[in-house]
Amino acid sequence: MALFSIGGRALSDELWSPIWLTIQLAGITTFTLLIVGIPIAWWLAWSTSRWREVVGAIVALPLVLPPTVLGFYILVALGPQGLGGWFGHLAGVRSFAFTFEGLILGSVISSLPFMVQPVRNSFEAMGRRPLEVAATLRASPWDRFVTIALPLALPGLLTGAVLTFAHTIGEFGVILMIGGNIPGETRVLSIAVYDFVETLRWREAHILSVGMLVFSFVVILLVSLLARKSKGRAL
Amino acid sequence: MHHLKIVAVILAMVAPAMAARPANAAQANVAVAANFTDAANEIQAVFARSTGHEAVLSFGATGQLYTQISQGAPFDVFLAADDERPALAVSEGYGVDGSVFTYAIGQLVLYSADASGVVGAETLRAGAFQKLAIANPSTAPYGRAAVEAMKALGAFDSLETKIVHGQSIAQAFQFVETGNAELGFVALGQVSQMGSGSRWIVPQEYYGPIKQDAVLLKRGEDNEAAIAFLEFLKSEEATAIIRKFGYEAGL
Repeated sequence: MALFSIGGRALSDELWSPIWLTIQLAGITTFTLLIVGIPIAWWLAWSTSRWREVVGAIVALPLVLPPTVLGFYILVALGPQGLGGWFGHLAGVRSFAFTFEGLILGSVISSLPFMVQPVRNSFEAMGRRPLEVAATLRASPWDRFVTIALPLALPGLLTGAVLTFAHTIGEFGVILMIGGNIPGETRVLSIAVYDFVETLRWREAHILSVGMLVFSFVVILLVSLLARKSKGRAL
Repeated sequence: MHHLKIVAVILAMVAPAMAARPANAAQANVAVAANFTDAANEIQAVFARSTGHEAVLSFGATGQLYTQISQGAPFDVFLAADDERPALAVSEGYGVDGSVFTYAIGQLVLYSADASGVVGAETLRAGAFQKLAIANPSTAPYGRAAVEAMKALGAFDSLETKIVHGQSIAQAFQFVETGNAELGFVALGQVSQMGSGSRWIVPQEYYGPIKQDAVLLKRGEDNEAAIAFLEFLKSEEATAIIRKFGYEAGL
């Protein structure tokens, strides 16, 4: 699969496989978190429960916890003695560690705040007023959510999606602990770079790293542009 | 003023600890191949007691440690899990010429945390398991030995899709201990002191001998503790510990 070439030399499968795997992982994680994260962000924005900030703090935990702590608990949870073994029994596998599905779970947990925070912020910035106006016009709750709230929160959704995608691509510690470094299954970009560096194959490490550098710069730029745009809207 | 007070408090806490060390005690940083972790910890304690010097241990896969050394990591001594990297260290100018010696000969073990998980070579051939943990063959000599053994047993092709890589032999062992992999190739030195699980010591004819060499690194050339540590490694006291963990030593 030599779609691109660098310095006249085609990129080998050894390089392509982790790139493609990482894009898949980030894409699926972002999609999953859009579905899981929006309701959580909505609840955090509007709930009057006294548990609101407790839940908010739990959601934010992956921002502060060392990846090794997350990786440790996820490894135990995925294993035969944990939930992974329980579900695995149904699916006929022993453990979800060392599987692509296991990586998705790990990434969803560790990227949760990157989706929920920006979305919650834009729900809160929007305020209750647009929804109340729509309610007086007899829009149903679902209608209000889909036609008013989501479009108004679009910058937050985009920021959350971009950050989640980017953070998953940059994820390293958790995957190192639960992945098992299997080509085509769990050897993602960051692990491949680590491996190439450790085995002194710096040409390959450079190719992947330069790509990551450019990608990360574009992401940060994109997020700041989105943030400007959403500020413009709020005014 | 406030900062000075904090510094004073910290000094007051640290000073007794510093004073407790013998006046001529030195410290050496030792890079240790992960398979040798348990034995090295025990040797370190005895070494400290009998010489007063301190050996600070860092663990990793041999290949990882070598990469770090080649990038100027502050190690004085390197205990590898093969005889290639120490020789390479000397020829590349990181190691001291003439300081290389074999401190242990390791043995490869097929291990399961389950008491009936491993019977012998037939366990591999039967393939009645989902995951087999090995150390990364490109950085860990025991990982490479595991691949050699599977190939020699004619089981590699059928097992290839079940293999998961630990970054070092320590992670491979952890994958088996947590039950995430049913089986793993580890070092006898990691499991010899354990009463539980089941193991099959892979016969030596199935893989190239795991000669574990030590080398004095250039940074430790004049370090009293580093030189003493390597000498101690050859002593009767140390080789007894090494043998206890299931290595051959003191040959």
